[in-house]
Amino acid sequence: MPSHRPASVRSRGLSGWQALERGFDSAFGSALNPLRHLGALGFLALWLLCASGIVLFILFDTSVTGAYASIEGLERLPLRLGQLLRGLHRYSADVLMLVMLLHIVREWLHGHERGVRRFHWLTGVPLVAFCFVSAVGGFWLIWDQLSQYSALATAEWLDLLPLLTTPLARNFLTVHAVSDRLFSLFIFVHVGVPVLFLFGLWFHIQRLAHVSVLPPRMLTLGLIGVLALLALLRPVISHAPARLGQVPTELHLDWLLLWLHPLTDATSGGVVWALVIGALVLLLTLPFLPQPARAVVAVVDPDNCSGCRRCLVDCPYAAITMVDHPNQRVGRELALVDADLCIGCGICAGACPSSTPFRRIQRLATGIDMPQLPVDALRARLRQDMGAATASHPLVVFSCEHGAAVGGRQAPDVQTYPLLCTGQLPPSFVEYALRDGAAGVVVATCREGGCEFRLGQRWTAERLAGQREPHLRQHVPAERVELVAAGSGDEPLLSAAIDRLRVRVHGLSDQPRIQNDDYSLQT
Amino acid sequence: MTTPSRPDLPGGVRPTGATGAAQWVGQVVLYGLFALAIGVFSQWPPYHPIGSDQAVIKISVTRLGQPVGECRRLSQEELAKLPPNMRDPVQCPRERAPLSMEVDVGGKRVLQRVAQPTGLSKDGSASIYERLVVAAGPQQIEVRFKDDVRPGATTYHRQASVDLVPGQVLVVDFDAEKGGITLQ
Repeated sequence: MPSHRPASVRSRGLSGWQALERGFDSAFGSALNPLRHLGALGFLALWLLCASGIVLFILFDTSVTGAYASIEGLERLPLRLGQLLRGLHRYSADVLMLVMLLHIVREWLHGHERGVRRFHWLTGVPLVAFCFVSAVGGFWLIWDQLSQYSALATAEWLDLLPLLTTPLARNFLTVHAVSDRLFSLFIFVHVGVPVLFLFGLWFHIQRLAHVSVLPPRMLTLGLIGVLALLALLRPVISHAPARLGQVPTELHLDWLLLWLHPLTDATSGGVVWALVIGALVLLLTLPFLPQPARAVVAVVDPDNCSGCRRCLVDCPYAAITMVDHPNQRVGRELALVDADLCIGCGICAGACPSSTPFRRIQRLATGIDMPQLPVDALRARLRQDMGAATASHPLVVFSCEHGAAVGGRQAPDVQTYPLLCTGQLPPSFVEYALRDGAAGVVVATCREGGCEFRLGQRWTAERLAGQREPHLRQHVPAERVELVAAGSGDEPLLSAAIDRLRVRVHGLSDQPRIQNDDYSLQT
Repeated sequence: MTTPSRPDLPGGVRPTGATGAAQWVGQVVLYGLFALAIGVFSQWPPYHPIGSDQAVIKISVTRLGQPVGECRRLSQEELAKLPPNMRDPVQCPRERAPLSMEVDVGGKRVLQRVAQPTGLSKDGSASIYERLVVAAGPQQIEVRFKDDVRPGATTYHRQASVDLVPGQVLVVDFDAEKGGITLQ
């Protein structure tokens, strides 16, 4: 009797998240799904904050007495530009906070706090704190009743730490206590901390290649449009000016940014400190919890590495550098894999021109390869399977082990080859499979934007479309190739793609599988 | 060398889900829900830091307490034992007294606090800060404050009747120049 191990919180959460992503895919398409671009959306929100913030700062009077009036003066700008600026600034901060929290959840559900990606996780944790601090500090500058409440609540909360001999909260006892010097501190918090945030962000993405610092154009325009409309339809308005002798009895809090204050009121400063420190410690500890063994990293074979740099260009994790080739020929380079950065996706092997199976050598040794699934083993299995195939129209499915599963749905005429990532597949293997007897080839990637290794799906599609090297050659009949973007849970989509190809190739029986078998690359 | 493009393989089969008008409607709905969530929770529900019939008393004192003992004049013999550069004839204890404060509102003790001086030698200032939410309206406030532990030291005392309007902040502080405990 099979044993049923209860699904972990993470795996159940991941299933739920993937279902949510598929729901969003229905409306946006997977390439424009905002849930697959959370990091880039965070960048967009940050750029909007910076742009609107710079203009607001120019118009802002940085003094206790003039701050409120200068913010109110925005109302007098023509064409409701003041409302637009202020609304964009505030709502972008809300978006940044929201997408940042969703980004954390998504990455954790995918187990991305582990292994090579531990660096990205750990460098991301301080960004959460910086984001909160600068967002809360922004409210103080308006110096209305909400500013007064937030600044005082923050001061009282910080005073619980034995850091200062004089409580910060004494700065807000009377109207005379608040000076322009204190306002300079506010400005540092709201302008200086975001600079730290940007610096931290640089660390956060430093070990990534081809980072998207903007979402796709349609998503960018969509978000800006929505925020602009929101800014005009629900303008951000100030409360009454700050009066330190009076506690405001009703505040219209931004709950997405200021929820710590009511939580402190409802519990205590100590409880909130414990929660905040606990959350940070938890985030910093997660990458060090027991985890699966690290993937085997790519290995370079100097005898077969031509120094073409394609692996360097395609590696999503910037794990490859080029060094002088040990054969000492002038100008010749050799790829060097940094084992600490390599995630073991195999995209480099797919990029290597030496990975072509047409090379007439006994053992297919390529320039860079994955020891756990070398291209030679893939070629050998493909040869063996095609040689033993009894179906009249055998089909080959190259799939990603993180994408839609094909094992249980395998028909007798289908041979499946799960890869570490479809980016590991040199396009010439498609041609090779057709030449060796396959009637058609399905290449099943993850959904667009949903690649476990960021770029495998994109590189595969571009290579097969001839937009990226190494490319699928022109004479490979397109009707015998089916590229399907089917992520985990998309098994019906993959089955449908296989069925579609099966029907198609049955109608092509008279046509040659490879129109021009002139491959000449030899070693 | 340019890579030859394959327009017949433009990117393959993608999961499409809804198409055309349905997709646009879906996007509009999701963008709308997103905007609604941001627009609503950035200003709603209203928050009430205190009740409409409440006021706040802030007790806030920061002060360097008095020395814990009297200064003493050293004898000639004692001075002679000290290095020449340290022969100060009057020697005072470095440690400062803690601040102690008691506050009664309406005859009920609402605060009793002793704040120790800061510093490794306990020679720094001490601070007391507390925010008390009380009912608005007439209140009888009694404050006792002490910053000296020497025998016969003064305990500052102030009793006052105040009429707190809703939302008012009454600050209880100590200012020796203004005669001791202040209410403002």
